[in-house]
Amino acid sequence: MGRESRLRIKTLVMVLAMVVCANVGDLLLKRGMSTIGAVQFTASGLGHAFRLTVANPIIWLGIFFLLGFMICYMTVLSWADYSYVMPAGAFGYALLTLLAVIFLHESVSPRRWVGVALICIGVMLVGQTKPRTTEVAAPQKAVA
Amino acid sequence: MATFLLLAFFLCTTTGGEIAMTYGMKATGEPERLRPKQVLRFLGRAVCNAWFWVGIPLMAISFYLLLILLSWQPISFVIPASALSNVVGTLGAKYILKEEVNAARWAGVILVCIGVTLVSLDNIPVR
Repeated sequence: MGRESRLRIKTLVMVLAMVVCANVGDLLLKRGMSTIGAVQFTASGLGHAFRLTVANPIIWLGIFFLLGFMICYMTVLSWADYSYVMPAGAFGYALLTLLAVIFLHESVSPRRWVGVALICIGVMLVGQTKPRTTEVAAPQKAVA
Repeated sequence: MATFLLLAFFLCTTTGGEIAMTYGMKATGEPERLRPKQVLRFLGRAVCNAWFWVGIPLMAISFYLLLILLSWQPISFVIPASALSNVVGTLGAKYILKEEVNAARWAGVILVCIGVTLVSLDNIPVR
Protein backbone atom coordinates (compact mmCIF):
# COMPACT_ATOMS: atom_id res chain seq x y z
CA MET A 1 0.00 0.00 0.00
CA GLY A 2 1.33 3.44 -0.97
CA ARG A 3 2.17 6.15 1.53
CA GLU A 4 -0.63 8.35 0.23
CA SER A 5 -3.36 5.72 0.56
CA ARG A 6 -2.11 4.65 4.01
CA LEU A 7 -2.34 8.27 5.15
CA ARG A 8 -5.84 8.58 3.70
CA ILE A 9 -7.11 5.38 5.38
CA LYS A 10 -5.49 6.34 8.72
CA THR A 11 -7.11 9.79 8.55
CA LEU A 12 -10.56 8.49 7.59
CA VAL A 13 -10.52 5.87 10.37
CA MET A 14 -9.59 8.54 12.94
CA VAL A 15 -12.25 10.97 11.64
CA LEU A 16 -14.87 8.19 11.82
CA ALA A 17 -13.79 7.34 15.41
CA MET A 18 -14.00 11.08 16.22
CA VAL A 19 -17.52 11.40 14.80
CA VAL A 20 -18.78 8.23 16.54
CA CYS A 21 -17.28 9.26 19.92
CA ALA A 22 -18.71 12.81 19.70
CA ASN A 23 -22.22 11.67 18.82
CA VAL A 24 -22.38 8.74 21.25
CA GLY A 25 -20.99 11.04 23.99
CA ASP A 26 -23.60 13.74 23.28
CA LEU A 27 -26.44 11.20 23.25
CA LEU A 28 -25.29 9.67 26.56
CA LEU A 29 -25.01 13.12 28.19
CA LYS A 30 -28.48 13.99 26.95
CA ARG A 31 -29.87 10.67 28.23
CA GLY A 32 -28.10 11.12 31.59
CA MET A 33 -29.20 14.73 32.07
CA SER A 34 -32.81 13.92 31.19
CA THR A 35 -32.93 11.39 34.06
CA ILE A 36 -31.79 14.20 36.39
CA GLY A 37 -34.52 16.56 35.21
CA ALA A 38 -34.58 20.35 34.92
CA VAL A 39 -31.86 22.04 36.98
CA GLN A 40 -32.95 24.79 39.41
CA PHE A 41 -30.70 27.85 39.19
CA THR A 42 -30.29 28.32 42.95
CA ALA A 43 -27.28 27.44 45.10
CA SER A 44 -29.03 24.39 46.58
CA GLY A 45 -30.55 23.40 43.20
CA LEU A 46 -27.16 23.52 41.46
CA GLY A 47 -25.51 21.60 44.32
CA HIS A 48 -28.21 18.94 44.15
CA ALA A 49 -27.86 18.66 40.35
CA PHE A 50 -24.07 18.42 40.68
CA ARG A 51 -24.34 15.54 43.18
CA LEU A 52 -26.80 13.70 40.92
CA THR A 53 -24.57 14.34 37.89
CA VAL A 54 -21.38 12.94 39.42
CA ALA A 55 -23.28 9.91 40.74
CA ASN A 56 -24.76 9.11 37.31
CA PRO A 57 -22.87 6.34 35.45
CA ILE A 58 -24.45 7.29 32.07
CA ILE A 59 -22.97 10.79 32.37
CA TRP A 60 -19.53 9.35 33.17
CA LEU A 61 -19.80 7.10 30.13
CA GLY A 62 -20.72 10.18 28.05
CA ILE A 63 -17.69 12.07 29.42
CA PHE A 64 -15.51 9.04 28.58
CA PHE A 65 -16.69 9.11 24.94
CA LEU A 66 -16.21 12.90 24.70
CA LEU A 67 -12.68 12.45 26.05
CA GLY A 68 -12.20 9.83 23.31
CA PHE A 69 -13.38 12.41 20.78
CA MET A 70 -10.85 14.98 22.06
CA ILE A 71 -7.99 12.43 21.87
CA CYS A 72 -8.96 11.42 18.29
CA TYR A 73 -9.30 15.09 17.31
CA MET A 74 -5.90 16.07 18.71
CA THR A 75 -4.23 12.99 17.20
CA VAL A 76 -5.66 13.41 13.70
CA LEU A 77 -4.73 17.12 13.66
CA SER A 78 -1.12 16.14 14.31
CA TRP A 79 -0.86 14.95 10.70
CA ALA A 80 -3.98 15.97 8.74
CA ASP A 81 -5.10 19.40 7.49
CA TYR A 82 -7.61 21.31 9.63
CA SER A 83 -9.53 22.15 6.43
CA TYR A 84 -9.79 18.37 5.77
CA VAL A 85 -10.83 17.26 9.27
CA MET A 86 -13.37 20.05 9.98
CA PRO A 87 -15.84 19.39 7.13
CA ALA A 88 -15.40 15.62 7.44
CA GLY A 89 -16.55 15.94 11.07
CA ALA A 90 -19.95 17.13 9.83
CA PHE A 91 -20.56 13.56 8.66
CA GLY A 92 -21.94 13.03 12.19
CA TYR A 93 -25.15 14.85 11.25
CA ALA A 94 -25.73 12.41 8.39
CA LEU A 95 -24.85 9.44 10.62
CA LEU A 96 -27.31 10.54 13.35
CA THR A 97 -30.12 10.88 10.80
CA LEU A 98 -29.45 7.39 9.41
CA LEU A 99 -29.32 5.91 12.95
CA ALA A 100 -32.58 7.67 13.86
CA VAL A 101 -34.27 6.16 10.80
CA ILE A 102 -32.86 2.64 11.23
CA PHE A 103 -33.12 2.19 15.01
CA LEU A 104 -35.72 4.72 16.19
CA HIS A 105 -37.91 4.48 13.05
CA GLU A 106 -38.17 8.28 13.06
CA SER A 107 -39.69 9.93 10.03
CA VAL A 108 -37.34 12.37 8.32
CA SER A 109 -38.53 15.38 6.34
CA PRO A 110 -37.46 15.89 2.69
CA ARG A 111 -35.58 19.05 3.80
CA ARG A 112 -33.49 16.99 6.20
CA TRP A 113 -32.78 14.33 3.55
CA VAL A 114 -31.57 17.09 1.20
CA GLY A 115 -29.30 18.33 4.02
CA VAL A 116 -27.93 14.81 4.60
CA ALA A 117 -27.30 14.36 0.86
CA LEU A 118 -25.46 17.72 0.65
CA ILE A 119 -23.30 16.81 3.69
CA CYS A 120 -22.44 13.41 2.15
CA ILE A 121 -21.51 14.96 -1.22
CA GLY A 122 -19.53 17.69 0.56
CA VAL A 123 -17.65 15.19 2.73
CA MET A 124 -16.90 13.02 -0.33
CA LEU A 125 -15.56 16.05 -2.22
CA VAL A 126 -13.29 16.99 0.69
CA GLY A 127 -12.42 13.32 1.31
CA GLN A 128 -10.92 12.84 -2.13
CA THR A 129 -8.49 15.76 -1.68
CA LYS A 130 -5.05 15.14 -0.12
CA PRO A 131 -5.43 14.82 3.70
CA ARG A 132 -2.12 16.65 4.25
CA THR A 133 -0.84 19.59 2.24
CA THR A 134 1.62 21.08 4.74
CA GLU A 135 4.90 19.96 6.21
CA VAL A 136 4.61 18.37 9.65
CA ALA A 137 7.18 17.59 12.32
CA ALA A 138 8.67 14.12 11.88
CA PRO A 139 7.20 11.37 14.08
CA GLN A 140 8.89 11.68 17.45
CA LYS A 141 10.39 8.81 19.35
CA ALA A 142 10.84 8.59 23.11
CA VAL A 143 10.99 11.94 24.88
CA ALA A 144 14.37 12.81 26.31
CA MET B 1 -25.43 45.53 15.83
CA ALA B 2 -24.45 43.91 19.13
CA THR B 3 -25.53 40.55 17.69
CA PHE B 4 -23.26 40.92 14.68
CA LEU B 5 -20.33 41.97 16.86
CA LEU B 6 -20.95 38.95 19.09
CA LEU B 7 -21.26 36.70 16.02
CA ALA B 8 -17.97 38.07 14.63
CA PHE B 9 -16.33 37.50 18.03
CA PHE B 10 -17.77 33.95 18.13
CA LEU B 11 -16.44 33.13 14.63
CA CYS B 12 -13.00 34.55 15.54
CA THR B 13 -12.71 32.62 18.82
CA THR B 14 -13.97 29.36 17.25
CA THR B 15 -11.56 29.56 14.34
CA GLY B 16 -8.74 30.98 16.49
CA GLY B 17 -9.11 28.16 19.02
CA GLU B 18 -9.09 25.41 16.40
CA ILE B 19 -6.24 26.97 14.41
CA ALA B 20 -4.18 27.26 17.62
CA MET B 21 -4.98 23.63 18.44
CA THR B 22 -3.98 22.49 14.92
CA TYR B 23 -0.80 24.54 15.13
CA GLY B 24 0.06 22.97 18.48
CA MET B 25 -0.61 19.43 17.29
CA LYS B 26 1.41 19.92 14.08
CA ALA B 27 4.30 21.27 16.19
CA THR B 28 4.00 18.28 18.55
CA GLY B 29 4.47 15.85 15.67
CA GLU B 30 2.32 12.80 15.00
CA PRO B 31 2.59 9.69 17.20
CA GLU B 32 5.05 7.16 15.81
CA ARG B 33 2.33 4.49 15.74
CA LEU B 34 -1.35 4.47 16.70
CA ARG B 35 -0.81 2.25 19.76
CA PRO B 36 -2.07 3.27 23.23
CA LYS B 37 1.45 3.81 24.60
CA GLN B 38 2.58 6.00 21.70
CA VAL B 39 -0.70 7.96 21.67
CA LEU B 40 -0.44 8.60 25.45
CA ARG B 41 3.12 9.80 24.95
CA PHE B 42 1.91 12.06 22.13
CA LEU B 43 -0.83 13.50 24.39
CA GLY B 44 1.73 14.14 27.11
CA ARG B 45 3.87 16.13 24.65
CA ALA B 46 0.80 17.90 23.22
CA VAL B 47 -0.39 19.30 26.58
CA CYS B 48 3.11 20.71 27.14
CA ASN B 49 2.74 22.79 23.97
CA ALA B 50 1.83 26.45 24.61
CA TRP B 51 -0.51 26.54 21.56
CA PHE B 52 -2.68 23.85 23.16
CA TRP B 53 -3.25 26.21 26.11
CA VAL B 54 -4.04 29.07 23.70
CA GLY B 55 -6.59 26.87 21.89
CA ILE B 56 -8.46 25.45 24.91
CA PRO B 57 -9.58 28.81 26.47
CA LEU B 58 -10.54 30.17 23.03
CA MET B 59 -12.69 27.06 22.40
CA ALA B 60 -14.29 27.50 25.85
CA ILE B 61 -15.01 31.20 25.17
CA SER B 62 -16.53 30.33 21.77
CA PHE B 63 -18.83 27.80 23.49
CA TYR B 64 -20.09 30.43 25.96
CA LEU B 65 -20.51 33.02 23.18
CA LEU B 66 -22.68 30.49 21.32
CA LEU B 67 -24.84 30.11 24.44
CA ILE B 68 -25.19 33.93 24.69
CA LEU B 69 -26.08 34.15 20.98
CA LEU B 70 -28.73 31.45 21.48
CA SER B 71 -30.23 33.44 24.35
CA TRP B 72 -30.38 36.62 22.22
CA GLN B 73 -31.54 35.35 18.85
CA PRO B 74 -33.79 32.57 17.51
CA ILE B 75 -32.02 29.30 16.78
CA SER B 76 -33.05 29.61 13.09
CA PHE B 77 -30.65 32.57 12.91
CA VAL B 78 -27.90 31.18 15.17
CA ILE B 79 -27.44 27.76 13.51
CA PRO B 80 -26.88 28.97 9.91
CA ALA B 81 -24.75 31.84 11.26
CA SER B 82 -22.58 29.47 13.29
CA ALA B 83 -22.27 27.11 10.28
CA LEU B 84 -20.30 30.02 8.78
CA SER B 85 -17.48 28.97 11.13
CA ASN B 86 -16.71 26.25 8.52
CA VAL B 87 -16.05 28.95 5.92
CA VAL B 88 -14.07 31.18 8.31
CA GLY B 89 -12.14 28.08 9.47
CA THR B 90 -11.24 27.19 5.88
CA LEU B 91 -10.03 30.77 5.28
CA GLY B 92 -7.94 30.49 8.46
CA ALA B 93 -6.54 27.14 7.31
CA LYS B 94 -5.59 28.65 3.94
CA TYR B 95 -4.09 31.95 5.08
CA ILE B 96 -2.75 31.18 8.59
CA LEU B 97 -1.90 27.46 8.44
CA LYS B 98 -0.96 27.74 4.72
CA GLU B 99 -2.97 24.64 3.80
CA GLU B 100 -3.75 24.10 0.10
CA VAL B 101 -7.50 24.59 -0.26
CA ASN B 102 -8.38 23.65 -3.83
CA ALA B 103 -11.73 24.11 -5.60
CA ALA B 104 -12.99 20.64 -4.58
CA ARG B 105 -12.31 21.34 -0.91
CA TRP B 106 -14.06 24.74 -1.09
CA ALA B 107 -17.07 23.20 -2.85
CA GLY B 108 -17.19 20.47 -0.18
CA VAL B 109 -17.04 22.99 2.69
CA ILE B 110 -19.86 25.10 1.22
CA LEU B 111 -22.08 22.04 0.61
CA VAL B 112 -21.42 20.87 4.20
CA CYS B 113 -22.39 24.34 5.52
CA ILE B 114 -25.70 24.34 3.62
CA GLY B 115 -26.34 20.70 4.57
CA VAL B 116 -25.69 21.30 8.30
CA THR B 117 -28.06 24.27 8.21
CA LEU B 118 -30.85 22.22 6.57
CA VAL B 119 -30.41 19.28 8.99
CA SER B 120 -30.19 21.50 12.10
CA LEU B 121 -33.20 23.66 11.18
CA ASP B 122 -35.28 20.50 11.04
CA ASN B 123 -34.73 19.85 14.75
CA ILE B 124 -36.43 23.10 15.75
CA PRO B 125 -39.86 22.50 17.21
CA VAL B 126 -42.49 24.39 15.23
CA ARG B 127 -44.57 26.70 17.37
